[in-house]
Amino acid sequence: MTTSFATFGNELYTGKRSYNFVDSKKIWFIIAAVAVALSILIPVLKGGFNLGIEFRGGSEFTVSNVKTTDAGLGEKAVHDVVSGAIPRVANVAGNTMRIQTDQLTDDETNRIKEGLTTAYGVTENEVTSNFVGPTWGQDVTRQALIGLAVFVGLAAVLMALYFRTWKMSLSALVGMLVTMFTTAGVYALSDFEVTPSAIIGFLTVLSYSLYDTVVVFDKIRENTADISTSTRRTFGEEVNLAVNQTLVRSINTMMVAVLPVAAILFIGAGLLGAGTLRDLSLALFVGILIGTAATIFIAAPLYAWLRQSEPDLVKQARKVAHRRAEATV
Amino acid sequence: MARTGPKNSARRVLTWLGAIFVVLTAVLGGGVISGHASWAPKLALDLEGGTQMILAPRVEGSSEISEEQLNQAVAIIRQRVDGSGVAEAEISTQSGRNVVVSLPGTPSKETRDLIQASADMNFRPVIAAADPAAIPVESRTPDDQLPKPTADPTNASDTNWVTPELYKEFEALDCVNPSTEKRERSDPAKPLVTCEAATDKTPAIKYILGPVEVKGQDISSSSFSQVQGAQGSVTNSWGVNITFNAEATAKFKEVTERLNQFYTASLAQGGNDPKAQFAIVLDDKVISAPRSLAVITDGKPQITGNFTQASAKALSDQLRYGALPISFEIQSQEQISATLGGDQLRLGLLAGLIGLLLVVVYSLFQYRALGFVTIASLVVAGGLTYLAIAILGWTENYRLSLAGVAGLIVAIGQTADSFIVYFERIRDELREGRGLVSAVENGWKRAKRTVLASKAVNLLAALVLYFVAVGNVRGFAFTLGLTAVADLIVVFMFTHPMLQVLARTRFFGEGHRFSGLSPDRLGAVPLYRGAGRLRTPTEKPAVVRARNAGAAAEAERRMTIAERRLAEKGQLTGPSNGTKEEK
Repeated sequence: MTTSFATFGNELYTGKRSYNFVDSKKIWFIIAAVAVALSILIPVLKGGFNLGIEFRGGSEFTVSNVKTTDAGLGEKAVHDVVSGAIPRVANVAGNTMRIQTDQLTDDETNRIKEGLTTAYGVTENEVTSNFVGPTWGQDVTRQALIGLAVFVGLAAVLMALYFRTWKMSLSALVGMLVTMFTTAGVYALSDFEVTPSAIIGFLTVLSYSLYDTVVVFDKIRENTADISTSTRRTFGEEVNLAVNQTLVRSINTMMVAVLPVAAILFIGAGLLGAGTLRDLSLALFVGILIGTAATIFIAAPLYAWLRQSEPDLVKQARKVAHRRAEATV
Repeated sequence: MARTGPKNSARRVLTWLGAIFVVLTAVLGGGVISGHASWAPKLALDLEGGTQMILAPRVEGSSEISEEQLNQAVAIIRQRVDGSGVAEAEISTQSGRNVVVSLPGTPSKETRDLIQASADMNFRPVIAAADPAAIPVESRTPDDQLPKPTADPTNASDTNWVTPELYKEFEALDCVNPSTEKRERSDPAKPLVTCEAATDKTPAIKYILGPVEVKGQDISSSSFSQVQGAQGSVTNSWGVNITFNAEATAKFKEVTERLNQFYTASLAQGGNDPKAQFAIVLDDKVISAPRSLAVITDGKPQITGNFTQASAKALSDQLRYGALPISFEIQSQEQISATLGGDQLRLGLLAGLIGLLLVVVYSLFQYRALGFVTIASLVVAGGLTYLAIAILGWTENYRLSLAGVAGLIVAIGQTADSFIVYFERIRDELREGRGLVSAVENGWKRAKRTVLASKAVNLLAALVLYFVAVGNVRGFAFTLGLTAVADLIVVFMFTHPMLQVLARTRFFGEGHRFSGLSPDRLGAVPLYRGAGRLRTPTEKPAVVRARNAGAAAEAERRMTIAERRLAEKGQLTGPSNGTKEEK
């Protein structure tokens, strides 16, 4: 296996083994378009995202180390204090219960807290309460959107400066946007709650996606530096070779980035239930996989496609074809 | 400094890195010994347990809040929280709009109400003043000798406001150790018994105050400046200037006329009749009680006394809040039990360790002995990050939150990526047929640019996240940025120098099959195979790129002497026309 992976790397490097990412771009673009469309449709059909309490406002109690996971006890504890309330009680992990209600007054909160303490046979400090005012969620959403816009804007400028070509910058951003939409779509599909932690994960995914693209594009730029005078390969082929040459690095990086995140997602979440770590790691887990794929299947082919109709490159492609035709004679 | 080869410079850089570590450890150690710091990073509320409230200040009649008003809001809340006897509270602003209050444990309802109440400032005349201590029960005025009102009070300074009950309350009041229990907001139409807190220069004082005469909202502006002497010369004492609006100007003129009479009447006894003072009251506590030395007709009193520049500014700021009744709306309140926080931290660290272990296994599997360089680099980066967090916890009061822990875990992957990019570059160079020593140098030259660019993206993301931070995002952004910086230091000062040194060892240099850098396994065709046999053109790896006229200039610039020699050699063995087209 190790041998084969090293050999795999060598063959990718020399071009002996090559996956044609660039030529089959139509398929990738169609898949991406469908994925993005679905990602927009899913939340619309489902009637929006499953927003966490931070965005809806309300009160939430978490009871850890419960003796019994009977939801009825929690409902009763709430009803004893606020008769008309419709609490949502869920067993979120091994022995942790979560009770969500509409907004409560201070006094009600404290009384329900006491009720829950006795109902589940836990001590006072094993019950946490969380109250979120209705305007807080709007604040969080607005800040997240501002952050998103600022980041995308700055990233575009940074890429344009670094690569000195707007076409690379544009391709990288398109790849990032595809990642963004599909990650959001998967999140909507999973029915996980959208919490501020998920938003953090989301913004981090964008940075990862761009980061990944920068590494691959760096290699592309190097390979195509003297394209105009080479007759060995066409521009598209050079781009494809660069993607293939960095494929081992892409896979390694993805693995290394995803392993710790997966550890949090599958180990931490199983034991702890919903919470900062789980929300964050789901967004990251999905985003890292999609981000890596988007670089290879979307950003690089798109860049090749954007440039291949440039007069110089068309001329160069003709030369390559000509030389190959001669060689076969 | 005699020789400068890659090996020597590598040793120098590694020594520098060692020095950085020693210095940081010494700084932290010094902090621990002096008792200000601890070896463990400080933990935020979500890990330690406690309550976090996010409050949105609201100013009457305007929807936006300026930065200055926000700072005032923080100052008000800090005063209230400190006054309520809660220890170790932290108060900060967030995203320029909110005030975040973090308290250990669960605050009482009283504390919460106190924090939320709107600031309330007004001016009341002083009726009586006394030393701050409560009068012992045995020496208090007996009931039959208590002052009794003889008529209805005619003005706010009238002693007829003092009822027996009020006087009893006045005697019992302790201003040395003021009680922290929340009192109902006072009635502006009734007299009030309250304290002026001690400062470093003046002791505390307790007062009986008359009803409110001028409201804080009537202050149109306040400032502080150096007091002008008789001929307009600037003295070196500071004063606070208030400007009242038109309505209050007339009112204030009346008040000062009355108070000034008390002052002139008492001049024979040294001019310290408390009735000549009017008290500025904020949240029912006296913040200053200046004496009326003149009748103020233009609504622009100046308060002078033993002010420093700082204390004059503080009073002037407080007067400005008076003009703005800020109230606070609780946006969110989170109470985390210490149990849950501890669980989350343990699991977060466990998940992080497992993730780290997986990365270690994977990189050993992928990179063999090179994997150990990755592990060592991660350990060094981890050490740097830990020291930075512990030192920042001490100097900047930075606290590690759950989101911060998540940021650290995510950073493992992004840190390891720098090494992966670098190693893959070295392998590429080996595949080109270079020897290990020059492959390391060349691979580094190319990897360096990529690493810098990609880290710039990371830092950019961290900065943006940090500045538009909401809720717990900030902790995450901070650790992400911190690790990006640590990673850069480690790649430049540890990983690369290590490889420069390792490249000269037999194990790596001769490409042992477990070194992860074995040329045979990488399918490289060495340039020189001993016994004078050079590579023939046909055996050239397919990737050697032509460096001809078009790119020559740039290539020249990017070539080291060694590379140039190699290129010349390549030309000697390459096709005689110097271009490398395969036909």
